[in-house]
Amino acid sequence: MASTTGIADTTPDVTEGVEGEDGVRRRDFINIAAVSAAGVGGLAVLLPLVSQMAPSKDVLAESTTELDISSLDVGQSIKAVFRKQPIFVRRLTPAEIEAANAVNTSSLRDPQTLEERTKPGHESVLVVMGVCTHLGCVPLGAQEGENKGEFGGYFCPCHGSHYDTAARIRKGPAPSNLVVPDYEFTSDTTLVIG
Amino acid sequence: MSFPWAKEYTPQNGVMKFFDEKLPLPRFIYNAVGAGYPVPRNLSYFWNFGVLAGFFLVLQIVTGVVLAMHYAANTQVAFATVEHIARDVNWGWLMRYTHANGASFFFVVIYIHIFRGLFYASYKPPREMIWLIGVVIFLLMMATAFMGYVLPWGQMSFWGAQVITGLFEAIPLVGPPLKTWLLGGFAPDNAALNRFFSLHFLLPFVIAGAVILHIWALHIPGSSNPTGVEVKTESDTVPFHPYYTAKDGFGLGVALIVFMTFVFFLPNTLGHPDNYIEANPLSTPAHIVPEWYFYPFYAILRAFTFDFILPAKLWGVLAMFSAILVWFFLPWLDKGPVRSGHYRPLFRKFFWFGLIPVMAVLFYCGGAPAEEPYVMISQIATAYYFLHFLVILPIISSIERPDPLPFSITEAVLGSDKKAVLGENAEPVAT
Ligand code: HEM
Ligand code: FES
Repeated sequence: MASTTGIADTTPDVTEGVEGEDGVRRRDFINIAAVSAAGVGGLAVLLPLVSQMAPSKDVLAESTTELDISSLDVGQSIKAVFRKQPIFVRRLTPAEIEAANAVNTSSLRDPQTLEERTKPGHESVLVVMGVCTHLGCVPLGAQEGENKGEFGGYFCPCHGSHYDTAARIRKGPAPSNLVVPDYEFTSDTTLVIG
Repeated sequence: MSFPWAKEYTPQNGVMKFFDEKLPLPRFIYNAVGAGYPVPRNLSYFWNFGVLAGFFLVLQIVTGVVLAMHYAANTQVAFATVEHIARDVNWGWLMRYTHANGASFFFVVIYIHIFRGLFYASYKPPREMIWLIGVVIFLLMMATAFMGYVLPWGQMSFWGAQVITGLFEAIPLVGPPLKTWLLGGFAPDNAALNRFFSLHFLLPFVIAGAVILHIWALHIPGSSNPTGVEVKTESDTVPFHPYYTAKDGFGLGVALIVFMTFVFFLPNTLGHPDNYIEANPLSTPAHIVPEWYFYPFYAILRAFTFDFILPAKLWGVLAMFSAILVWFFLPWLDKGPVRSGHYRPLFRKFFWFGLIPVMAVLFYCGGAPAEEPYVMISQIATAYYFLHFLVILPIISSIERPDPLPFSITEAVLGSDKKAVLGENAEPVAT
């Protein structure tokens, strides 16, 4: 740059007078244009830097899981894996269905009926993510003999969230019901999740 | 600070003269931690903990760089490489246990350092900036330690990562995508482990930079002292070297005895046994807890179990972060004219019988299961914690009548300070 020689600072600005008093000098214009271009460029560099942290293609590719539930009896659950997270599939007992339907939904933190949380024709099959909606622990209750909490569904030991038989949040810090993932029955006994 | 009586650096030989002209690093050190830095003569052992914290930072960096030479951040092998470090690598057990316990001791030291600041109100003018940078350092340390704990990829590592990144999910609207972005997936996995390793390597050097700013800001007004009375004359100070290099050296020796006792004889006492079980994404340990040094804040997080305008989960997260962020406002919340707790009878009572017991309770509850009565006790303690900083402190500091302060540090130490009171012609105080 010329200023290292000390000349630019001392010689009168030759561009002055070209644009005159009306405001913007050529040098100001070049200055603003250069800084803006660099600014836009800087923002453009941020995009890949931020976006590289989002899930990569291979992580996103693990996105469907097929499940055979033909051997699932009433009152039994299975734990499967979907997107590297546990998923609970349970064939509810009539008593559990009754308990779920007896609740006045407007009293719930996250109002939903059992019907809304299952597929038509398969109301006794409850499919939920085994991920506590509080901070993501795996709730207990899917396996025989585990603590099912005060409402007979699932209990998260991490910070004490209780879910009912429809896996709806009833007590504790979790904000919402255990998530029902996107899934469909491709046959009476086959589920495709994701 | 450079008090006018600070000793001037004089290079002793040609080499030092050469240095002093081209790059005055020796002069810089002499004025920062040498004989050229006058320090109050009455500093107690509570003033050792800054140097100790610096020591532990260096120790973590040295042992950490060694561990990184043998560690592999991949979910398939991470757990095994940590065992490999402990069993196969020459002296690997020493490096690993020094690093793991070093993190714990770093926090012990920093907590004492912070509570020293709270008792002596070191955050008050003119030292606000030192305090603010200190809080930033503490936040960086928390992030660093959290990510380090994930690296061995044990059960506590995994579920710690799940729960802590889950905190971000509580943020309205952007929460869930933010969590996915932080983890690079839907749950902690290879992407998360790798980036945590990268950041765990980086952040300690960022901390080191912040420490330099912290000390720079400290050297402008100079250290405070147990009386909180500012330095007036030369007899209030002694040169840092040899007085405090010796005292800090002695303190370091004592700290190292305690520290190495843990490293050699109780290396896993401060850790959690479940972290020797490899991460299993399908099963959460029955009782997950963070590292002990996060207990008080974890208790605050868990204290919110009910919705009130905002969801309980968001309250918990806000409260946990606010518990530390409130420290940023201390220089302005404490309105008292006097610094040191020794001269503030009310302030002192609320410190020893209010804040300290509440911290102890929160600490205890943070490690206890999420059951009654701990939930209720955490709720009460959390309420008191915020009450202390936001209500009690501003009120007592405005209404209390402090005890009379000594005229000067010299008077506090020797009983009189004739020279400073009567001017230059008085007889020098016998020392
Ligand atoms: C502020 C300073 C630091 C703190 C508080 C810290 C904290 C921790 C903690 C708590 C662990 C888990 C220990 C365990 O349970 O085994 C850990 C592991 C680890 N850290 Fe650090 N660390 C620091 C600096 C560093 C640096 C500078 C490096 C590398 C340059 C490093 C590299 C590692 C590695 C490779 C591991 C995994 C091996 C292991 O778990 O033993 N750390 N760190
Ligand atoms: S993660 Fe389930 S209650 Fe907190």
